[in-house]
Amino acid sequence: MIKTDALIIGAGPTGLFTAHQLKLIGLSCEIVDNLDKIGGQCIELYPDKPIYDIPAIPECTGEELTNNLINQLKPFDIKFHLSERVEEVKKNNENWEVKTNKGTEFSTPNIIIAGGVGSFEPRKFSPKECEKFENKSIFYSIKDKSIFKNKTVSIFGGGDSALDWAIELSKDSKINLIHRRDEFRGAQATVDKMNELEKSDKINLFTKYQLKSVSKKENLESIEIEHDNKEVKSLKTDYVLGFFGLIMQLGPIANWGLNIDKKTISVDTEKFETNHKGIYAVGDICTYPGKLKLILSGFHEGALAARACFKLARPNEKYRFEFTTSSKSIKNRLGVKE
Amino acid sequence: MPKITYIEHNGKTHTIEIANGLSVMEGAVQNNIPGIDADCGGSMACATCHVYVKEEWFNKLPKKEDGEEDMLDMAFEPKKNSRLSCQLMVTEQLDGLVVNLPEKQV
Repeated sequence: MIKTDALIIGAGPTGLFTAHQLKLIGLSCEIVDNLDKIGGQCIELYPDKPIYDIPAIPECTGEELTNNLINQLKPFDIKFHLSERVEEVKKNNENWEVKTNKGTEFSTPNIIIAGGVGSFEPRKFSPKECEKFENKSIFYSIKDKSIFKNKTVSIFGGGDSALDWAIELSKDSKINLIHRRDEFRGAQATVDKMNELEKSDKINLFTKYQLKSVSKKENLESIEIEHDNKEVKSLKTDYVLGFFGLIMQLGPIANWGLNIDKKTISVDTEKFETNHKGIYAVGDICTYPGKLKLILSGFHEGALAARACFKLARPNEKYRFEFTTSSKSIKNRLGVKE
Repeated sequence: MPKITYIEHNGKTHTIEIANGLSVMEGAVQNNIPGIDADCGGSMACATCHVYVKEEWFNKLPKKEDGEEDMLDMAFEPKKNSRLSCQLMVTEQLDGLVVNLPEKQV
């Protein structure tokens, strides 16, 4: 079991700056995030979109902001647990015991939830029967492409993931590419390549079609797709892949007994503590009178929550407020030479 | 003020006056209408304020901007008359607009 002064859930901008604040005042922390990379919504939803309201930064993209925050954490040794989702939280005496879906366990007096709008999960097909085949013949991401060799694969979606995989798998598999409209939003070069492969019959293209149903048998053998004009086609297929992007879901956090209203967690505005002592919520996921869902609010909330953590992590010490410009101990932690 | 009608997937109907300048999404969120999540807060970065617009209204609405159709690819069961309600600004011309909500947003 990993012991840490604070556990941060969420590696978006708020989680990253909160880690900075914790380390600055001499506390240890670790960060868990369900995505496979650091940056949260900034990196997943708008890496290229400019942001204009970060104090002292006139303009930066989601990716630049993330990289700057990571750079700011360089002096510190912080362990990230990516592609892991926190599942269970329970109280054991003074500490919280936390378990992730990969079995990593933490013991900590402080949990800071910086979870944005929840964890990112792939959007799935709507027909209910699809669940039964999930991770057997229906996939939303690819871990081992060798299973598709010499098989028929039906790929749904109109973005880069769908196109890239259609092109890649067309080398050794029979590909049906199905999209709900006749425009693709992938990079132009990728779209051109796909059109080329369609002309040479390497890819069967079905536009303005969506998945209607899958076979109800034990094994997936065929699917039905429906055109905008209601015409239905049956396709023989061994595998089905869906690339519809990611959605955000609160997930297990909803079961921890926190005061949740419309997917946000109520906190006080002194410590940003929830109704459970030692569990805080900061950034987009927290709510209080006057809450603004801005990145800068998350920075403020994280800074205050970090100070509140000190009290529970060092019950016998007194927290002393210090400035980074003058404090010797802070400069030591930052590795700055006088 | 323009009146907008939201019809939940179960048929429950809400007709609400919404101030000019708000989006159809904001009108729903401020009036606690279930069925519109609006996870990203109106930045066209998710597809959880997805609505179906009644035929007679669909062609009267301002055209989709780049990006809205791309986001709709990721919506739950998009149809020809799908729109993101965060992109529909309420004006007097929209008085009487009727939107149907999908079975779910995620």
